[in-house]
Amino acid sequence: MSKPLPAVDFLKIPESGEPYLEGHKCGGCGAVYLGVRAVCSKCGARGKIAPVKLSNQGNLYVYSIVCRSFPGIQVPYVSAIVDLEGGGTVKGNLIGVDPDPAKIKMGMPVRVVYKDALGRKDKEGNSYLSYFFEPR
Amino acid sequence: MSDVYIVGIDMIKFMKAGTGPAVEALGAQAALMALDDCGLTIQDMEALYCGNLGQAGGMVGQRVLHQIGQTGIPVVNCANACATGATAFREGWMAIKAGVYDTVLAVGVEKMGGGLLGGGGGGGGIPKEGLLGSMTMPAVFAEAGQEHARNYGTTFEQFAKVSVKNHHHSTLNPKAMYQIETPLETVMGSEMIAYPNTKLMCSVNVDGSAAAVIMSEKKVKELGLRGRAVRVKASVLTSDPWQERDLVMPDVNTCTRQAAKKAYEMAGCSAKDINLVELHDCFATAELLHYENLGLCGDGEAGHMIDSGATALGGKVPVNVSGGLLSKGHPLGATGIANLYEISTHLRGEAGKRQVPNARLGMTHVIGLGSACAIHILEKVA
Ligand SMILES: [Zn+2]
Repeated sequence: MSKPLPAVDFLKIPESGEPYLEGHKCGGCGAVYLGVRAVCSKCGARGKIAPVKLSNQGNLYVYSIVCRSFPGIQVPYVSAIVDLEGGGTVKGNLIGVDPDPAKIKMGMPVRVVYKDALGRKDKEGNSYLSYFFEPR
Repeated sequence: MSDVYIVGIDMIKFMKAGTGPAVEALGAQAALMALDDCGLTIQDMEALYCGNLGQAGGMVGQRVLHQIGQTGIPVVNCANACATGATAFREGWMAIKAGVYDTVLAVGVEKMGGGLLGGGGGGGGIPKEGLLGSMTMPAVFAEAGQEHARNYGTTFEQFAKVSVKNHHHSTLNPKAMYQIETPLETVMGSEMIAYPNTKLMCSVNVDGSAAAVIMSEKKVKELGLRGRAVRVKASVLTSDPWQERDLVMPDVNTCTRQAAKKAYEMAGCSAKDINLVELHDCFATAELLHYENLGLCGDGEAGHMIDSGATALGGKVPVNVSGGLLSKGHPLGATGIANLYEISTHLRGEAGKRQVPNARLGMTHVIGLGSACAIHILEKVA
């Protein structure tokens, strides 16, 4: 069994050590991006973008409980936008909480956890590692 | 520079997605109606600006001319997401403002599929929808609304009231897709799509078209068309400035605020002077955000504004009297010009049962998901 692939490019799986999310930070203005880029779209600086390891701690900014999606996608689930400590905002599924507005508080502390990508495999049968948020 | 006018404008009655004729025939219908509205012919048009999204590479404008008159005029085909129709209109406005032409035609047309918009995947590997949150439009706009709820305590019920109001308005508009009252409990109790947006809080996919004949001041005088002409007081287009979260959360607010500020400056008026607004209620959550973005109320006051009835017909500044995208329907490329039709009809005093009394200044607003905003301010002439 080969090791899983990352679900997105900005999820890094080191040879040894824990997986993490990688941001790209502008040395000119401090803007944080997901994914590699050459030019900062906030300040226009070129060649000043360097990779940074993003925090696994953050706070729920906003969410929606998704009850209708495309065929084959299990609902309901919680679509969440999370501000990470130290910079970077990521979107993902919030797990470990009931999909009920009374149970989900915007602003609540969450952590990033790394798990199999809901059993989804590509055409070659490869497994994927993804990230999720859970309350902390 | 002299003023620019709408002299002819019309829209077809919007119909269920997929039931309309071919896109060029659909566009041709509205084009002919707009020409008839001002008594001109295709031979009088010096250029055509055509907005369509679904077949953006398909030379739709030329195909419309193949239906109604191949006069050899220049045709510009525009695509700008849900701001497509407004962008096509604005290109025509600019050409006249620049003095290049005196009379041009703008057409917006869309044939829609059914179902959810947005989402999809992109890239290789595995599908991301439902794994990394949702990029479907109902969820994206739910999250935009939740930001307002987070900041100001806006409730599910307040968002739902937008849909009650707009569906009520559409019962007075024979060109709307639906003419059905939807009480609050019906809206809140309909199928939840992406909390807090229920099915009745999502815009309706329809086939539709709308068109406008735009004219210079000189030509309006020459042809004696001042009687039903509507003055374009402001035409503004913006894109999305950088925002901290916009990689994962399209920002419909900043581009609207910047466009509104410019539009009021251009028109020499303020939000208080506006008598009615057609704004981009693609989802019920979005409408409340835009009350504040357009300056119709202060920040944090949108929930109170919908509760107070100020934006219903008979209120201080009626919003989406046409029924809005929620009930009139949302044919992406046609929406921008259909909004201009609604405002023009009120300024002409021809809106029948839904007429906003004594309307002198009206505003239209569309958003092309997060990254485009178009605003027009129109003024009564006669
Ligand atoms: Zn920068």
